[in-house]
Amino acid sequence: MNTVSSAERRQAWGLCLNCWLILAAIFGIVWASFAYLSLDLMQLFTAEAGRGMADFVSRFFPPDTSAEFLRRIARGALQTVAISAIGTLLAAFAALLLALPAAGRFGALPKAASRLVLNFMRSVPELVWAALMVLAAGLGPFAGTLALALHTTGVLGRLFAESLENAPPEPARALLESGAAPSLAFVYGTLPVILPQCVAYSLYRWEMNIRMAAVLGFVGAGGLGQMLYYELSLLHEPQACAVIIAMLALVILVDAASAWVRRSQLRADG
Amino acid sequence: MFPSSLPRDPDAPKRLSWAMVAVVALWPLLQLAEFNPAALLDARNLKVMRGFVSQFFPPELSTEFLALLARATVETLAMATAGIALALLLAAPLGLLLAHSLSLSRIGPGPGRGRGEVLRALARLLLLALRGIPELVWALLLVRAFGLGPAAGVLALALTYGGMLGKVYAEILESGDTRPARALLETGSGRLMAFFYGLLPSTAQELASYTVYRWECAVRASVIMGFVGAGGLGQLMDQSMKMLNGGEVSAILMIFLLLVLLADKISLTLRKALA
Amino acid sequence: MSFRLVAAGLVHANGQRALRKVSLAARRGERIAVIGPSGAGKTSLLRILATSIRPTEGQVEVLDLYPWQLNGAQLRQLRSRIGLIHQAPPIPPRQRAITAILAGRLGQWPWWKALLSLLYPLDIAGPRQQLARLDLADRLFERCDRLSGGQLQRVGAARVLYQQPDLLLADEPVSAMDPALADLTVNQLHAEAASRGATLVASLHAVDLALRWFPRVVGLKAGEILFDLPPVKISDPMLRDLYASETGPLPTQDHQPLEFGPAGSRGPKSRITVVPPHPL
Repeated sequence: MNTVSSAERRQAWGLCLNCWLILAAIFGIVWASFAYLSLDLMQLFTAEAGRGMADFVSRFFPPDTSAEFLRRIARGALQTVAISAIGTLLAAFAALLLALPAAGRFGALPKAASRLVLNFMRSVPELVWAALMVLAAGLGPFAGTLALALHTTGVLGRLFAESLENAPPEPARALLESGAAPSLAFVYGTLPVILPQCVAYSLYRWEMNIRMAAVLGFVGAGGLGQMLYYELSLLHEPQACAVIIAMLALVILVDAASAWVRRSQLRADG
Repeated sequence: MFPSSLPRDPDAPKRLSWAMVAVVALWPLLQLAEFNPAALLDARNLKVMRGFVSQFFPPELSTEFLALLARATVETLAMATAGIALALLLAAPLGLLLAHSLSLSRIGPGPGRGRGEVLRALARLLLLALRGIPELVWALLLVRAFGLGPAAGVLALALTYGGMLGKVYAEILESGDTRPARALLETGSGRLMAFFYGLLPSTAQELASYTVYRWECAVRASVIMGFVGAGGLGQLMDQSMKMLNGGEVSAILMIFLLLVLLADKISLTLRKALA
Repeated sequence: MSFRLVAAGLVHANGQRALRKVSLAARRGERIAVIGPSGAGKTSLLRILATSIRPTEGQVEVLDLYPWQLNGAQLRQLRSRIGLIHQAPPIPPRQRAITAILAGRLGQWPWWKALLSLLYPLDIAGPRQQLARLDLADRLFERCDRLSGGQLQRVGAARVLYQQPDLLLADEPVSAMDPALADLTVNQLHAEAASRGATLVASLHAVDLALRWFPRVVGLKAGEILFDLPPVKISDPMLRDLYASETGPLPTQDHQPLEFGPAGSRGPKSRITVVPPHPL
């Protein structure tokens, strides 16, 4: 009774054959990735590497907290917030304009064309847009603002178009049938329906853009990123450390603020 | 005089003050962002841009450059994959440590409660710092420590995504049915085995699905790592951009689009297969 | 001494009182049934014995140890010697029955053995033997979400049988089974306890099952012990008092009216060979 048959042994495997194959494939791909990059992780854990790392990190401490530098950091942080806010605001308006054709309001051809444009804007990363805008508008935060606006227009445009397509058509149709002009019917019948959702999307995106605006400066587009890049290239590690701490604080602050807003909204809804 | 009986819009003052706040707030923001659309029409900028964009067509398609592109593309994908693999190694232990559903000392509460809470708080702080610093900043720093090349990019991805994965893993492990794990802890099992036997069967799909989603994000991130010298397609883009070589830039842009779309597709298929 | 509660009380975090001044002790090898209306504190009592919750008042001693004075490693060691069969077995739905049963020994196995067993169970015969005792051997490799409630309960029981604890606790272990299976399962719990000299404490919904099978029956009401007697000394009025029912039927397995015959006639049905109550 208590001998295990070979049929039972076959049945006993905890994972199916496919699972084994998939696991093996994943391990193979990961191994191939490390091999292709010729990364030697063990090298990171030698005593020498440890000393080098400790030496590198120690150069960053203590951070520069002189009043004058802190003022510059505060200005950089405010500039980062400004870049993200203006960029997102511009994007929200542009996205609303592009969402109309993308939702198929003006026929099939404009729909396909505007979708293509939106997809393109979305697929080019913010940092690439920033590098291009630095050429078009010169170094400085304005380039960063434009870069964020361009990428975010692509993201928000698609979301707005979806909201538009899902909005109930009845309110606007009733207005049209009572003789309102199409544009007014949209403003009175459709916009109020989709506006709360659009605002929510834009705020969420703004939150992400603050993080992004902090690094756009690496290609010369202003904000904290530009300060960090500048200080690091001059080997001013204590100053760079202060900027990094400011970035971390900004991100944590935004995280906490959005969590608080969401919670209070939940409470208001509940 | 209006008759006093005519009711006024009760919301009007509120709306007016909001509009004023918006205008007042917008002005300094525009100043800070150095908002200046005229710069786009500046003759010199226009000339540079026109010259640059006119080179976009035709894109550079010489076999030599294409070979370079192919190598950079594979490097980008390899960076994302290796980065996520390392992030997993970092996030799994921290996530397991953070998950309350695997806390032995909470039963009762039993011995080691205080130490457990301190450890958890430290782990939470570490994860916050890891994901609070953007991956590109990590890359910029690590390039200085490890030199130019993909190693810095991989480690930067590992640190930031390790922080994100660790936090979400802990949340997933706490959200489902935690009674099986608790029952195992109560029969003397260790926390790792309680995870494998009690939590993993019901959360494996969600954990894997989130990891795949993060891989997709890592592909997007590794595309731009090269701008700070951390390897991949971004490095090629940076060079072409600095040389104002429009043909190369447009070819790289097309690869960007393909790569992001491809990662999108792969991630979607994998997550559908998991669901 | 297998366990001892001295004036143990439990107040939940929400201020609700579950147990009040419960004193109860058992010698090694005793077999005790706990009965009482729902909400009487049966589950709380068992979970305190399982060191799963800590009483807010009084003392608890299990297997000659004071669990809440032990350090982490000692407490783990103690817990691996206590097995609790839950009313709703806490098993992940997608897990296979064999894996769920093997998990009973996680407290005793080295980690590598537990890890390997996820891929290929290192013990197949053991879990199968425990399931066979409960007439479920054919479901050894079945996923737990494809089992019925009664089958799942038996998998949960098999896990604890496989654990081979010194203190065997069962919280309504047969609530989802038909009378024949319930008899079989309770019989197997007795057999396991008797064969290894383990102590068995089971809370039961069905009064007849408790009176028929257990040499010692504890009546629990509103968090307090109402009686603690051998079944022959338990009368109909005592049970009516326990369940606060003057005329209605007492809870039994198949809703058969409870019969109070002469002592001894309440022995287990002859169909099942039973281990005689242990001379203590």
